[in-house]
Amino acid sequence: MPVISSDQLQKQYDVVIVGSGAGGGQTAYTLTMEGVKVLVLEAGRSFDVQTEVAMLQWPSQAPLRGEKTPDKPYGFHDCSINSGWEIPGEPYTNAHAETESQFKWWRQRMMGGRTNHWGRISLRNGPLDFKPRTRWGVGFDWPVSYEDLAPYYDKVEMLVGVFGTNEGLENSPDSSPGVLLPAPKLRVGELYAQKHGKKVEAHIVSIHRAVLTKPQDVDTIPAKLHPGNGKAQRILAESMRTRAPCFWATDCHRGCAIRANYDSQTVHLRPALATGNLDILPNAMAREVTINKDGKATGITFIDKITGREGHAKARVVVLAASSMESVRLLLNSKSNLFPEGIANSSGKVGKYITDSVSSSLGAHIPAFEGMPVHNEDGAGGPHAYVPWTLLAQNRRGDLGFPGGYHLEFTSGRQMPAVNVVNGIDNRAVSTSVLYGQKLKEEARRFHGCQLGFGAQGTMVPNDDCYAELDPDLKDQWGIPVLRFHWKWSEFELNQVKHQQTRIRGLLEALGGKVSKAETDPAKAIKQGGTVIHEVGGAIMGADPKTSVTNQWSQTWDVKNLFLADGAPFASTADKNPTLTIMAFAWRMADHLLNELKRQNL
Amino acid sequence: MPTPDSLPRISRRVSIQWMLSATAALTTRGAPLLAADPIISAKGYGPDPSMVKIYQPGDVWPLTLTEPQRRTTTTLCDLIIPADVASPSASAVGVPDFIDEWISSPYPAQAGDRNTILYGLEWIDRESQHRFQKPFADLTLDQQTALCDTIASLKPEPALQQVANFFKRFRDLTAGGYYTTPEGAKAIGYVGNLPSATFDGPPIEALKHVGLA
Repeated sequence: MPVISSDQLQKQYDVVIVGSGAGGGQTAYTLTMEGVKVLVLEAGRSFDVQTEVAMLQWPSQAPLRGEKTPDKPYGFHDCSINSGWEIPGEPYTNAHAETESQFKWWRQRMMGGRTNHWGRISLRNGPLDFKPRTRWGVGFDWPVSYEDLAPYYDKVEMLVGVFGTNEGLENSPDSSPGVLLPAPKLRVGELYAQKHGKKVEAHIVSIHRAVLTKPQDVDTIPAKLHPGNGKAQRILAESMRTRAPCFWATDCHRGCAIRANYDSQTVHLRPALATGNLDILPNAMAREVTINKDGKATGITFIDKITGREGHAKARVVVLAASSMESVRLLLNSKSNLFPEGIANSSGKVGKYITDSVSSSLGAHIPAFEGMPVHNEDGAGGPHAYVPWTLLAQNRRGDLGFPGGYHLEFTSGRQMPAVNVVNGIDNRAVSTSVLYGQKLKEEARRFHGCQLGFGAQGTMVPNDDCYAELDPDLKDQWGIPVLRFHWKWSEFELNQVKHQQTRIRGLLEALGGKVSKAETDPAKAIKQGGTVIHEVGGAIMGADPKTSVTNQWSQTWDVKNLFLADGAPFASTADKNPTLTIMAFAWRMADHLLNELKRQNL
Repeated sequence: MPTPDSLPRISRRVSIQWMLSATAALTTRGAPLLAADPIISAKGYGPDPSMVKIYQPGDVWPLTLTEPQRRTTTTLCDLIIPADVASPSASAVGVPDFIDEWISSPYPAQAGDRNTILYGLEWIDRESQHRFQKPFADLTLDQQTALCDTIASLKPEPALQQVANFFKRFRDLTAGGYYTTPEGAKAIGYVGNLPSATFDGPPIEALKHVGLA
């Protein structure tokens, strides 16, 4: 079973999964390793990570020195194709015109989905993140606890390969002993911030990222992940052997041809294909979940984007992992007599409670770094350190005006120069004229790597004003009704961003930094909804079918053979990046699905 | 309006297309376009270009600077980034081609720079003729520097504001185009993009530099 075209579809599968990213990939992996016959539908084209990613190309080898354009919103060499905020023929709308009420929706239309493009930051949600109602009196408690998920975090980290250190922090959990790969050494700027940040209570530690810092242990991991399953162990060991450890060059966002970092194809889909139990159909745009008269899901209707024809994939179980909002759209578009408001929507909660990371950033010039001895600090293609949230005591007392917290990510270093490399240099050099000539060359060299910034990512409390619905009029080029978004920040988010800006400024000043700009209006400093590309929710899990869409297994209350495996069931956004948690939930969901299949409950 | 003879870097067919499109625009939008430079009608690389291919300026859309404009551009680039014992000049690593590619871009973000830079190049040659009776490229280095110093102020008199904006933007783009080449990256002190078996962390002299060792 391989990557197929729509005329090669099997008559029926055990499970059809919509989406090939983190959630779809993990689900396909877990199920096929146990002998389940699976079909994955992917709306984008096939993509070969080994031959199509640009790892060592210089900016001068790309049009416009690789600068972002509407065709490549994160730059030419960023590993995103046919992807963006605006995709021709596939619109979405916003109900309100004001910028602060708009949601921006990133779509990644390619095999492996968004896992091709991300920072590989892999932080676990902590115990408090699952119980915001109990802890802070706001949001919704998830119907699971950290303890339920911890074994799956361990499994996912062993499978994908995550480096980091265990720090014993409250609500930023450790991994089990032996799970994490060694953390790389910190860079100068990270070490400098670690030392001087202490003055402002910034506790700086190694970050966790899905990058191999050494070969994976093929002698122990396969047996731990697949006890009693010799075939799965052999396939996984073989897959792990094809992955080289990081060679300490290039930005992870470019993708990784040597398979050192995680993307869904490298880690999930290749071994899943090797089981012989997986078909993948690319260029298939899902339109609708079909049901029978008993109200059970029977498969997915899709548009074959190559032929323009509609097809149907039949399966005993349907799993949506199309990205939170695309899965919401599928649910809302699956209307029937049984489900006139969309499948699995008897609660009326489909589309509700969308959250994104609460984010703002600030940078500064650090004079102490001027004239730094030249050295290579590419490292693992992204940050090695971060500032976890450690001010829990303060907001436990209610001092801060917002629940949860945020972590800070480093945004600089001695990076590969981009076109804007000298912008602002005259001010830094305290020059009254535009520097040029030999003086410019000297100053550019002296100042290279002196910019340091931090980006915050924090908890968002779900609210009634952030939701998606079907646009009553507009359809996409395939004739599929599109989403219309509503967005509104609450005081919690604005208070948090105010705190972020003050805290980052304080941290930068503790490093001697000259803060270049500061936005005091939190409504302007906050990154627009959706632009962190951490949007989750829209089909939240809960303990009560009347107020949630799925149970703790991401299984819809209304249709027991319909599951969700992306961020849609998230009941809130933690101060952690969501991808690792999506994978952990997908694995846990797939285990439950397997058991229910065996018991013939689906 | 450039004549086909002054457009050696683009095909005659393309230049005629521009002239035709400019003429067509004239009939509908009126006289101001008479003075306008060719309208960029080329297309971008689309949402699914080969990322691994090595591109040169001009590969995806045609370059549009006239030969006189290119001479001024090249001279200005090397005044901004001259060669020294350690590193080459801007023109030696293709920065004028990059500037041309940038201002010829079909994408909206570069449209403003196109106007800024074509204005500035014209201003510089006019000023050069006025002050020295020669094109900018034929001036001595001292004369070129004197002219640039006129427009390099960060707080220029109002009459020079527009051309001062040009000079700053042209400098930023020249440096940006330069330091994004392998040679330029080396010149600024970026020594990465080099696969290595280990990552050893910062060297002791870097740690000492910031008081960490």
